[in-house]
Amino acid sequence: MSVETHLPVGFEALEEKGWIGSRRFLLLRRASQLLFLALFLTGPLFDLWITKGTLAGSMTFDILPLTDPFVATQSVVAGHWPSATALLGALIVVAAYALLGGRSYCSWVCPVNPVTDAAHWMHRRLDLPKGWQPKRSTRLWLVAIALVVSLITGTIAWEAINPVTIVHRGLVFGLASAWIVAAAVFLFDLFVARRGWCGHLCPVGAFYGLIGKAALVRVSAANRDACDNCMDCYAVCPEKQVISPALKGAPGSSPIILAGDCTNCGGCIDVCAQDVFSFTHRFDERIVEPSPQSAPEQSAARKIHKECSQ
Amino acid sequence: MAMPQLSHSRRRFMTDTARMACGCAVAGLGLGYVASDARALPADALRPPGALPETDFLSACIRCGLCARDCPFDTLKLADLGEEGLATGTPYFTARKVPCEMCDDIPCVAACPTGALDPTLEDIDDARMGTAVLVDQENCLNFHGLRCDVCYRVCPSIDVAISLKASHDERSGHHAIFAPTVHADHCTGCGLCEKSCVLPEAAIKVLPVRLARGEAADHYRRGWEEKEANGAPLVEGLIDLPDRLPGPGTDNLAAPGGFEPAFKVPGGSQ
Ligand code: SF4
Ligand code: SF4
Ligand code: SF4
Ligand code: SF4
Ligand code: SF4
Repeated sequence: MSVETHLPVGFEALEEKGWIGSRRFLLLRRASQLLFLALFLTGPLFDLWITKGTLAGSMTFDILPLTDPFVATQSVVAGHWPSATALLGALIVVAAYALLGGRSYCSWVCPVNPVTDAAHWMHRRLDLPKGWQPKRSTRLWLVAIALVVSLITGTIAWEAINPVTIVHRGLVFGLASAWIVAAAVFLFDLFVARRGWCGHLCPVGAFYGLIGKAALVRVSAANRDACDNCMDCYAVCPEKQVISPALKGAPGSSPIILAGDCTNCGGCIDVCAQDVFSFTHRFDERIVEPSPQSAPEQSAARKIHKECSQ
Repeated sequence: MAMPQLSHSRRRFMTDTARMACGCAVAGLGLGYVASDARALPADALRPPGALPETDFLSACIRCGLCARDCPFDTLKLADLGEEGLATGTPYFTARKVPCEMCDDIPCVAACPTGALDPTLEDIDDARMGTAVLVDQENCLNFHGLRCDVCYRVCPSIDVAISLKASHDERSGHHAIFAPTVHADHCTGCGLCEKSCVLPEAAIKVLPVRLARGEAADHYRRGWEEKEANGAPLVEGLIDLPDRLPGPGTDNLAAPGGFEPAFKVPGGSQ
């Protein structure tokens, strides 16, 4: 039986841009995720207090309050109007992500993201079936359900099971459930649903996505005419549905990835050997004019491996 | 050709909608169950000073842990997932492990960003985290006539929240029992007494107020208090009858003021 496969995802980028160049944003993201964890951990570990609290609510250097807006919203719906500190914290967070891209939270801050990324990496290595794929809008329904249940029970409902804060709180306060919940999410993404948690279910990410619907910082496929259809960006993107409108849009359409679901992870930038993508702001509609020399040979550029497994 | 197409897409729309509605209902019920399961605190879990009543607390506390971080005695813990009866991530303490030291500046309340710990609590003596109850008189050393007194001595509100009430020790016949007696109106529920009880299992325990205390009906009046407030008997012209005093039999004819009962129990001993 002969199987036709692509070169491994990112192979061309690796050859063109080198090991670091082809995972620049991935490395930056991991550094950022570690940094955000470290801010909370220097206190309990070394008695150097930078940020206290958890991702649900924190206080940095005793002056900067931050509050998770989804938690705050549930609190309000459940019947409590938070004090000024928490409200201010929520406003700061909303303002920041409304500018930086709501789901930047997911790829640059959230401690569950490395877990689901690892599950996806493993999923690809093991070549598993994609499994249960609920609609992407399911997470918005979960946002609604969390709010309705908060209203009815008068509690901050999602916090009872929210893996994001449970993992973070567990890491920062040394509670065992962090590992159990992280393992559960990993196994779910690996065996039950590919990219299931972050891509389809997590209402926290969905809520940040809503905040970032009109975000300023966006990825642009400005150099889309150089695309040689290797499809690597679709393979790395955790929200692949966001790419086509920008990359494959009709001539004259915006090259900006406008969908709030885009996590600003920069994976597409890293993986593209043709440097189609770049970070910019949402009003930057410039498109790189194709130069005659660099125009891709569509079919030749799309390298195909022919493997005979038998 | 168009008709089957239409009904197919319509059927698909309907099954999708039905599936989604059912999914939402099931997920909502599940979440509702988990979220409301945690509304009755276990008896040994106490909320920090100033915590709103439990139902309000669960809508207000965002489970940030800032109160726990600012507690200098590491009194406050955050509930881990699945800890029975405690909403995930909410702060609590167990008096027997680490009690609240009743800091004058109440740093836990100052740290709370949401108002789940009531910022109007300015005097820690006004905190009501629970109420201490001497739950086991049969093992309390003072009730055996000893002078252990430890719970009494450690109380930050000594002689106000807890005092020793002397009574005759009938076992020895000529000693006193100094009973540790909590005055709930002044007990903060800090748990220092429970922590310090010398028994392997404390004889005095801080319980949530709802378990520790009864409640008098609104219309109950204490006659002696009303009389004092009034400065005179509430009803004029009452005849003061002789008081019955305790003694053998129905009445004590020997004691001064005793009187012959008007009615005798048939077959009674007298
Ligand atoms: S979708 Fe949810 S779990 Fe995933 S990275 Fe975003 S916030 Fe974290
Ligand atoms: S479009 Fe690019 S930046 Fe956005 S989520 Fe996909 S890979 Fe990440
Ligand atoms: S009053 Fe002091 S000891 Fe008691 S919980 Fe608050 S910070 Fe801790
Ligand atoms: S500081 Fe306030 S909101 Fe935060 S965990 Fe403590 S009681 Fe809850
Ligand atoms: S809990 Fe015990 S030590 Fe604390 S105020 Fe009440 S009686 Fe005193």
